[in-house]
Amino acid sequence: MKKLLLATAAAALTAGGAFAEDVKLGISLGFTGPLESMSPTMAQGAELAMKEATDSGKFMGGATVTPVRGDSTCVDAAAATATVERLITAEGVKGIVGGMCSGETTASLQNVAMPNGMVMISPSATSPALSTLDDNGLFFRTSPSDARQGQVMTEIIMEHGIKSVALTYTNNDYGKGLADSFAEAFTAAGGTVTINAAHEDGKADYAAEVGALASAGGDALVIAGYVDQGGSGILRGALDSGAFETFVFPDGMVGATLQDNFGAEVNGSFGQIPSSEGAGKDKFIEMATAAGFDGTSVYSSEAYDAAALIMLGMAAAGSTDPNVYKEKIMDVANAPGEPILPGELGKAFELIAAGQDIDYQGASSVELIGAGESSGTFREIEIKDGKIETVKYR
Amino acid sequence: MEFLNALVAILNYVVVPATAYGAQLALGALGVTLIYGILRFSNFAHGDTMAFGTGITIIVTWGLQALGIGLGPLPTALLALPFGIAITAALVLATDRVVYRYYRKVKTAPVILTMVSVGVMFVMNGVTRLLIGVDEIQFADGERFVVAARAFKAATGLNEPLAIRTTQVITVVVAGLVVWALFWFLARTRTGKSMRAFSDNEDLALLSGINPNRVVAVTWIIAAALATTAGTLYGLDKSFKAFNYFQLLLPIFAAAIVGGLGNPLGAIAGGFVIAFSEVGVTYAWKKVATYLIPNWEAEGLMQLLSTEYKFAVSFAILIIVLLFKPTGLFKGKSV
Repeated sequence: MKKLLLATAAAALTAGGAFAEDVKLGISLGFTGPLESMSPTMAQGAELAMKEATDSGKFMGGATVTPVRGDSTCVDAAAATATVERLITAEGVKGIVGGMCSGETTASLQNVAMPNGMVMISPSATSPALSTLDDNGLFFRTSPSDARQGQVMTEIIMEHGIKSVALTYTNNDYGKGLADSFAEAFTAAGGTVTINAAHEDGKADYAAEVGALASAGGDALVIAGYVDQGGSGILRGALDSGAFETFVFPDGMVGATLQDNFGAEVNGSFGQIPSSEGAGKDKFIEMATAAGFDGTSVYSSEAYDAAALIMLGMAAAGSTDPNVYKEKIMDVANAPGEPILPGELGKAFELIAAGQDIDYQGASSVELIGAGESSGTFREIEIKDGKIETVKYR
Repeated sequence: MEFLNALVAILNYVVVPATAYGAQLALGALGVTLIYGILRFSNFAHGDTMAFGTGITIIVTWGLQALGIGLGPLPTALLALPFGIAITAALVLATDRVVYRYYRKVKTAPVILTMVSVGVMFVMNGVTRLLIGVDEIQFADGERFVVAARAFKAATGLNEPLAIRTTQVITVVVAGLVVWALFWFLARTRTGKSMRAFSDNEDLALLSGINPNRVVAVTWIIAAALATTAGTLYGLDKSFKAFNYFQLLLPIFAAAIVGGLGNPLGAIAGGFVIAFSEVGVTYAWKKVATYLIPNWEAEGLMQLLSTEYKFAVSFAILIIVLLFKPTGLFKGKSV
C-alpha cells in the first residue's frame, strides 16, 4: 500500500512537475472505552476525506494523505496524551483529527499539541470549557459547544410546557459542562431545576440516585449521560419505580441502545443531538454508503469535515506547517467564497490554487464561530411508538 | 392519606430497592466469608466468579429460550442457574487444583493467598470477557412487575407510586431459600459439621480424621453456587455487565467485614446494613418530610450526603466497625 502510494505520489510529481510529499494526518479517537461503538465510523469519515484529497491529485501539488489511527480511549487522559505524543513525535503527523471526549482532548491538547505546535480539530468534544481555553489558535472543533446545546434543550423543554425538571449528569467533563450550561440557560428562561445530581458510570446500583431524583421531583428528568453507561441505569430505575414519565435526552443518550432497550416505554420523551440536514449531509451519506459504512452515525460527518478543514487550511496556506496553516482554517470554513460540499475537495483545491476564496460547508454545514467551533444545528427528536423520530432541525 | 403517601415513598425508593440489593450483597458476602472461614484467605476473585457464573447462566438461558423452554411468568434464567452453578463449580475446582493447592501445601501466609486470588481474578476477568463480551446484556424475561407503578397509583388513589419488580421478589425469596439451605447444611449434615470443625480448629479436625481435601472441595462448590446465584440474581434485577461485578466486590467485602469475617449470619446482616445505609443516607427526605409535616414546604433536599458519596458510606461504616469492634458486628475472626 505504501509503495503504491509512493508510486502515485512519484507519478503525480513527474506529471505535475510540482513539489509533492506524503502528508500524514493523525486520527485520535476512543477506539476502546465508553464510546467505542461510535469511533469506527468517525475514523472512516475522516479517512474518506483524506482519500478524496489524495485521489483528486490536486492537494499540495499532488501530495498523498495518509491517515494514522491512535486510540485516545475517551476516558483515560494519560493514554490519550501518550497516543497524541506518539502521533506527533514518532509518526510525524501534520495535523490531528481528535480527540473524541472533552477531558481527554483538553489533556492531550495542553500537554502535547500546544508545546509541539500541532493543530487539533475535534469532531466531537463538546465541553463549554474548550471554548475559553487558551489554545494558541491551534484547536478547532466541528461540533458545537454544549453551551449551545443547553440553550437548544431549554427551548425544546419550554415549548413542551415544562417548567420544572430534575437533572442528572455523568460525572465527567462532558456531563458536568452540559448540565451546568443547561441549568444556567433553563433558570434564566424562568424554569426550575429541582436537583442537579451527578451519577457515576459503570456502577452496580442506581437506586440511591433515582430515589434522590424522585424526591426532588419535577415534570421531567433530564439525563445528561451515556446510553451505553450509567444513563441507562438511571433511566431504567426511574421508569421502573414510576418516578418520572417524561425524559429529556441530550446527545449522549440518543442512540440505537435507547430504542432497543426502552422503546415504547419512553414514548413521549424527547431530546436533541447535534446534526445537520441538507445537500451536504445527503452527499456525505451517499459517499459513505459507497465506501461501505453508515454515514448517518453520530459525528461521522463532523469527522469528515475536521479532516477536510485541515487539508483545505494547508492548501490555502501553501504549507503543511501547523503554525502557518492554523491561520487559514477560519478563512476556508466561513464565507465569503464559493460553497464547498463533500466530494468537492478537488474543486476546492483548484479554486484555492487560482487564488479564489472558498466557504467550506461540508457534511455538517460547517460555520465556525468564536474561538473556532461549530455554530451547530441540532436535530430535535421525539420517541413515538418506540422509535426515535425527527421532529425538526433547529 | 398524607401519612400513607410518605410511607409509600419510603417503601418505593428506600425499602424495596435496598432489600433486593441487600439480599444480593448478602449472598456475595456469604461466599466470601465461607472461603475466609474455611480456607483462611480473602478471595478477591469472588466478584469475577460471580461474573463468570452469570455469563454461563446467560448462555444457557439463551439456549433454553431458543428451544422454547421457559418458566412462564418467571425468568428462564432460574432454570439455567443449576447449569451455571455446575460449570462454575468445575472452574473453581480446577483453579484450586492448578493454583491454590500448591500454596496450601507449602502452608503459605494468608496474605500471599490473597495476592494469588488477585491474579486469579484478572484471569477470570479475561475469561468472562472472552466468553460473553463486555456489553450490557438484559436477560430477564417473563413478567416484569408484581406491582406496577401506574397500576398501583390508579388502584389506591395515592400520589406516590409503588413498584415491585418480579426480580426483586425472586431475589429475596431465592436468597432466603439459599441461606436456609446453607444453614441447614452446616448445622445438620456430617459434611457441614466437619466443615465447621475444620474452620474452628484445623489441627484438631485433621486429628479426628476429617478429610481436608473433601472439606476444601465442598467449600469451593458451595462458594461457586453462592457466587453464581448472587450474580445471576443481580444481573436479573439490574443487567449483566462484566465490569460491574468487579465493582461489586467492594460493597461485598465491606458487608462481610462489617458482619464479622467467617461468620455466615454476620455476612447476611452486613449485606443489609451496607445496602440500607447506602440508600438511606443518600436519600433526599424532602418529599417524605413535606407529606408528614403539614403546611410546610422543605427548603433544601434534606439529603445527608449527595449520591456521589454513597460508597463513602460503606467505608465509613467499615472503619467505625473496625475501630470499635474489629471482629465485626457478629463475632467473626479479626482481620
